[in-house]
Amino acid sequence: MISDLLRIEGLRVYYYTRDGVVMAVDNVDLFMKKGETIGLVGESGSGKSTLGRAILRLVPPPGRIISGKIVFDGLNLTELSEEEMRKIRGKRISMVFQDPMTSLDPLMKIGDHIVETIMAHETLTREEAEEKAIKLLEQVGIRSERFMDYPHQFSGGMRQRVGIALALALNPDLVIADEPTSSLDVIVQFQILDLMKELKNLYGMGMILITHDISIIPGIADKVALMYAGQLVEFADAKSFFNEPLHPYGKALLESIPNIQHSDQKLKYIPGNPPDLINPPKGCRFSPRCPYATEKCREEEPPTIMVGRHRLVKCFQY
Amino acid sequence: MLPVLKGESMPLLKVVDLKKYFPVQRSFLERLLSRKIDYVKAVDGVSFEAEKGEVFSIAGESGCGKTTTGRLIVRLIDPTEGKIFFNGIDITSLSGEELRKLRKRMQIIFQNPYASLNPRMKIGENVGHPLEIHGIAYGREKEKLVMEMLEKVGLQPASKFYNAYPHELSGGQRQRVAVARAMILKPDFIVADEPISMIDVSLRARILELMIQLKEELDLTYLFITHDLAVAKYISDKIAIMYLGKIVEMGEKEVIFSDPKHPYTNALLSAVPVPDPNVKRKRIMLKGEVPSPINPPSGCRFHTRCPLATDTCRREEPKLVKIDDNHFVACHTVK
Repeated sequence: MISDLLRIEGLRVYYYTRDGVVMAVDNVDLFMKKGETIGLVGESGSGKSTLGRAILRLVPPPGRIISGKIVFDGLNLTELSEEEMRKIRGKRISMVFQDPMTSLDPLMKIGDHIVETIMAHETLTREEAEEKAIKLLEQVGIRSERFMDYPHQFSGGMRQRVGIALALALNPDLVIADEPTSSLDVIVQFQILDLMKELKNLYGMGMILITHDISIIPGIADKVALMYAGQLVEFADAKSFFNEPLHPYGKALLESIPNIQHSDQKLKYIPGNPPDLINPPKGCRFSPRCPYATEKCREEEPPTIMVGRHRLVKCFQY
Repeated sequence: MLPVLKGESMPLLKVVDLKKYFPVQRSFLERLLSRKIDYVKAVDGVSFEAEKGEVFSIAGESGCGKTTTGRLIVRLIDPTEGKIFFNGIDITSLSGEELRKLRKRMQIIFQNPYASLNPRMKIGENVGHPLEIHGIAYGREKEKLVMEMLEKVGLQPASKFYNAYPHELSGGQRQRVAVARAMILKPDFIVADEPISMIDVSLRARILELMIQLKEELDLTYLFITHDLAVAKYISDKIAIMYLGKIVEMGEKEVIFSDPKHPYTNALLSAVPVPDPNVKRKRIMLKGEVPSPINPPSGCRFHTRCPLATDTCRREEPKLVKIDDNHFVACHTVK
């Protein structure tokens, strides 16, 4: 399909650690259209961040992309040279990190961060780049007086605004936001998510929002990609997912989160622990914790099945 | 003799005008240039009561003083001003043997189970250590009590966990160990400081349920500190909302969530994400972020961000007043 912005097929990313091979991303398929927002949801260790980084080919060692394709706008990113990849990063696919304090250079002024990014990819004069940077900062709600300030003079929320401005500086087609609001307080989280939505409408880029907090998805994402133990277990449009999750893990997860709209809610909990990805359970990886698991689930890995026209679920029940 | 609080019904915990100011660290040069010492007014005049058997939550954003309040109450740090009464007894200035006796009845569960357990002690020793410190049980008897407690918090088989080290356990399991350690002395009162915020999402509900179950079994009272209002709603009987060192609204859970009065409470509740795309609700977006607690705004501390602020709010600090049974608000606009 030509309209796909991103198409991931059979992606495997493993970490070769001293204790063994961690199968962080294990045979994942994912596709997204231009301008779509996908909420990539999972617990810590589910492989969601590794997947996000793999798209930019930024998996830190000892991690490696083992196999699979990442086709972005017709280009298979896994086959590009490092030189070619560098032209994609920032320019066509950019990233927003969880804590911008660690992604911003503490010795560099806020404005210079953006100017440098623009000048690295575009042929503009310093003045033109500065003008563009000021405009960008204003768009994310930072007054031009703060152009000369350093990152430590900014609060967490303001730093994340800078992180977003940086990610948008080159007008990319895809932004990968890895837990962009997880270190922020709830009111600031609300502001940042709102800003991201607004900018998405303005710029029309696609977005992959990586988060462990499934509650923030309905307000912002069109689709949900749910990961468990290195695999994609469900992929659906957000509304259908929240109305009726198909995978038992998705079901259990939604029943285990307190919802502020409910009174007298009874939480259900998921027994057991997330598995060790060096020795994942045989068969379906969720089977040791799944209330519906059968003999077959414990023996064989379930295939990914298309339910309806656009939903994918990795479970024998369907 | 310890001073006893007089009154007909005595709450298990009563906090009166509690304050904690931390001096701001300054460089040598700054100290030469100015003699003035700045203080972070982390907790600035907090009063509340928690009845026996209750779950009293303190909720608010980072920097509002909720954790400091919890630490003051279990006497991990000393207050600048104010009084803490536990079971009618003023514990604000206890020390030595008396303070140690108090610790037997008041325990704390910390946020980070990766930092709160001694990595060189086996799980059994981590949990059993308080028994030795308080001279309750040693040797075989201690082991027996620890095993029972490990079973109770769901670390089964207990004998396997007894001899494990913290690094062998997952975050959720470690937090159960922290719960077991807090409960082993059979306290009356537990401060739980964000006990689930560092745990995997799928394990949070289990820890919450465990805490609720143990509360019933052991007849406990909790001071539950959280930034997550959905969790606060789930677990609490009463809630206090803090902003910049002060309680802005306090009351029964039902009242706070169904009929919040303070503009900050309203904004805070409306910012909480809801995992349901069908819910349409009014959302109030506050501008800016929480000001510095070193020089908090004059008058009402929230006036710089409040959509309803008037001149009075900028000048006078509102008091926390009772507007209904079990509903207190500190706001000039609420009558």
